[in-house]
Amino acid sequence: MAFAGRIALLVALCLTLYGIGAALYGARTHRRDWVDSARRSVYALAVILTVAMVILEAAFIRNDFSYNTVAQTSSTTTPLLYRMAAVWSSQQGSLLLWVWLLSIWSSLAIFLTRNRMRDVVPYATSVLLGFGAFFTFLLVFYASPFGQTHPAPADGAGLDPLLRNPSMLIHPPMLYSGYTFFTIPFAFAVGALIVRRVDAEWIRVTRRFALASWLFLGIGILLGAHWSYYDLGWGGYWGWDAVENAALMPWLISTAFLHSVMIQEKRGMLKVWNASLVLGASTLAIVGTFLVRSGVLSSIHAFGASTLGLPFVILIGAMVAGSVYLVVTRRDVLRSEHSLDSLLSREAAFLFNNILLVGLCFVIFWGTFFPLISKAATGTTSEVGASWFDRYTVPLALILVLLSGIGPMIPWRRATLANARRNLLTPLAAAGLMAIAAYTIVPIGSSPPTVILFCGAVFVFAGIGQEFWRGVRARRATSHESPPRALVSMVRRNRRRYGGYIVHVGIAIVFIGVAASATFQHEQTVQLRVGQSVRVGAYVMTYAHATGSVDDDPAHTGATLTLGAAVRVTRGGRYVTTLHPEAGFYPSGAGIVPGEAVASLISGQAVSIVSLDSTPRRDLWAAISPPGGGIPEQSLVAKADTVDPASLSAVNQVKLAYYLLAAIEEHYLRYPPTAEFTLLASPLVMWIWLGGLIVLGGGLIAIWPGPHGMRGRVRARYLARVARELGSSPAGATAAGASATTASART
Amino acid sequence: MTPPRKRKVRLVVCLTLAVLLASGLIYTSFAASDPALTPSQVLAQSKPGRVYQLTGTVVPGTIVDGRGGALRQFRLADRSGGRVSLVVDYSGTVPSAFEAGRELIVTGSISHGAFVAQANSMITKCPSKYTPAPTSS
Repeated sequence: MAFAGRIALLVALCLTLYGIGAALYGARTHRRDWVDSARRSVYALAVILTVAMVILEAAFIRNDFSYNTVAQTSSTTTPLLYRMAAVWSSQQGSLLLWVWLLSIWSSLAIFLTRNRMRDVVPYATSVLLGFGAFFTFLLVFYASPFGQTHPAPADGAGLDPLLRNPSMLIHPPMLYSGYTFFTIPFAFAVGALIVRRVDAEWIRVTRRFALASWLFLGIGILLGAHWSYYDLGWGGYWGWDAVENAALMPWLISTAFLHSVMIQEKRGMLKVWNASLVLGASTLAIVGTFLVRSGVLSSIHAFGASTLGLPFVILIGAMVAGSVYLVVTRRDVLRSEHSLDSLLSREAAFLFNNILLVGLCFVIFWGTFFPLISKAATGTTSEVGASWFDRYTVPLALILVLLSGIGPMIPWRRATLANARRNLLTPLAAAGLMAIAAYTIVPIGSSPPTVILFCGAVFVFAGIGQEFWRGVRARRATSHESPPRALVSMVRRNRRRYGGYIVHVGIAIVFIGVAASATFQHEQTVQLRVGQSVRVGAYVMTYAHATGSVDDDPAHTGATLTLGAAVRVTRGGRYVTTLHPEAGFYPSGAGIVPGEAVASLISGQAVSIVSLDSTPRRDLWAAISPPGGGIPEQSLVAKADTVDPASLSAVNQVKLAYYLLAAIEEHYLRYPPTAEFTLLASPLVMWIWLGGLIVLGGGLIAIWPGPHGMRGRVRARYLARVARELGSSPAGATAAGASATTASART
Repeated sequence: MTPPRKRKVRLVVCLTLAVLLASGLIYTSFAASDPALTPSQVLAQSKPGRVYQLTGTVVPGTIVDGRGGALRQFRLADRSGGRVSLVVDYSGTVPSAFEAGRELIVTGSISHGAFVAQANSMITKCPSKYTPAPTSS
């Protein structure tokens, strides 16, 4: 099967090269059949890469350790779900996931645009296939996931226990989907620039893909933050780590893009800016992929030095050079059709929001690459810490939250005083009330940035609530529907607008969670004996008793031994909850070694399993450090391994080892040693994740094709068919397509 | 349409502002950063009292739990190998990935020949997710 996999990748590479050639030839000679053929090669690429993915996935499920990737990242002791996720824990597998997702999303895009933008699509197809060619080239020549060793080892090293978290199943595919989705607007932007057709059409065609990319990337980032929060020693939900930053940068730029394209659609302005943003965001997405793999920066997501640095540098260089060339040579057609009427207009608010987002991205870029910059400038590698990032990002984020409230309320072109009074009065009053509350009822007055953020968020809620209220009222005045029905039909008729408002509310909620938990978190790292207590903020946490289990870990990650503690939490003398932090011990990965049977069961990695009690008000978080920096009860383990099992059968040797392990666990329960705890009490953390869900909901509303979109598309298909049947010239077909797209553009 | 002169003034003002902000950013980044060094570099060039970020791998067999586990001591060696290693005193939260042979980052300064890390400053790297394969086919 591995051979079939290698052949599939080779075929995929040939398909991409053929497709690029066919698309470019078709575009040059206006031969539709060649362009159609290139489109079909994208579909074929998706099929063949799905085959490769299935072959690799099957190897992981079957525990076929003759595959090097399987032997390195999976094992018989790894639970099935984590074996399936282990596919993308290796360099090779994750590259395959990347290009597979790219082929799927490209097929979707090419399919949906098959009758639109006939001049641009061939170039877009070849750009998409160009990315496909790059990654399949890497898979064929640099990092084959189908490399084999014969004879196959008996067992693999296992998926690293730190990666055995449900997030491993969805976080990487989400992020990669975000990255790959963004290649679609990139490809269409390049195509539109090449043929000098830089009206808003390419934006309309790819808008949903840009939004999907933004959404996937954002959810991927939040899932990563949640995972990091749930792990001891990964620096909480956000640590300004190079790889976290690498995902955040393209997300910020695509946020800017999603806003500024509205100005181009409505007013024909900012064309250079939009083209630059989309080119920049996808270059940053590739930079992010490069950072994860090249080892140029040190980060908690470690990557040993890898051979993939150079190909990525070449790709990034080509993207930057090509983008600059295209924008510079097309600057005559990229000229704005209008200029800014007033600094008090929605255009200006969007422009300001764009500048802030790009500025924020620049700050993060500078900080992330500072080790390289300082090395070049001063000769020593230096790093900037989280406090440096906070100094710039906090004020910028505060202004952005305020703008996300002002933007929806300010009219296009020019705001008037009457209009400002009408729109801003209620939100400002709400924010004022919040400010009063901040210094009286809600105890956040000690941190001015948090107060500003809370007021800003309340301003957003009130402003957007007012928009919804007025919209429903206006709709009821004309349609006499019941309020809920009016709300639904109003949102349905204007999904993008109201979806966007919901996203704003979600983002403000995320920021509330971040601000409150970052400012008012209590943390204690302490040594406790059974019965001892420590105060964490308003809570008293007591080490009640030790816990343990053999071959039955509660989190189902395949730990052979878990040792933990029950931590009783009280507040003001009243019982709140009991936390159960644990340390999981995993097999060494070398199988059962005779003479060290017990040790080899638990001498793999030790991982702390965090216990969390989450309510909307606060999170209580407890972790216990694995005692002894590795094997617990080391002397007992050594003693257990002096029991000579040579006379027993192999099966009974394993049974005996587990029996001895159970005795060690029993000893731990009876005589629990001093344990080291990390304890947190943190307010409002849950709102970060709830806010993320609201963003997801709002984003989906905005992406969903509206009834008009459907009708438009059906109409476009019909018109295209009519044009075909009439055997009209390419110009006629484009005209028919254009009128059809105007119909669908009204969504 | 805004007169071209006004537009030019606006552009110059915006650009000046951007340049000023960027230079502030650049200045603070150099002023606020800590040099990131390997153990051999710290031994060769460190000044007492200066804060460094130390990156290295934990030398197997050198982890000692001191004072009932409150303080840990271990030796860090260069990631690239070599015999040079540096004693590190560390207190605070120990990431779950901490073990012999693991690559990690601690922030602190040199005092009496040992690297005294700031409490809770230890960051372990996510386990060799993309390290090159030891065996190639």
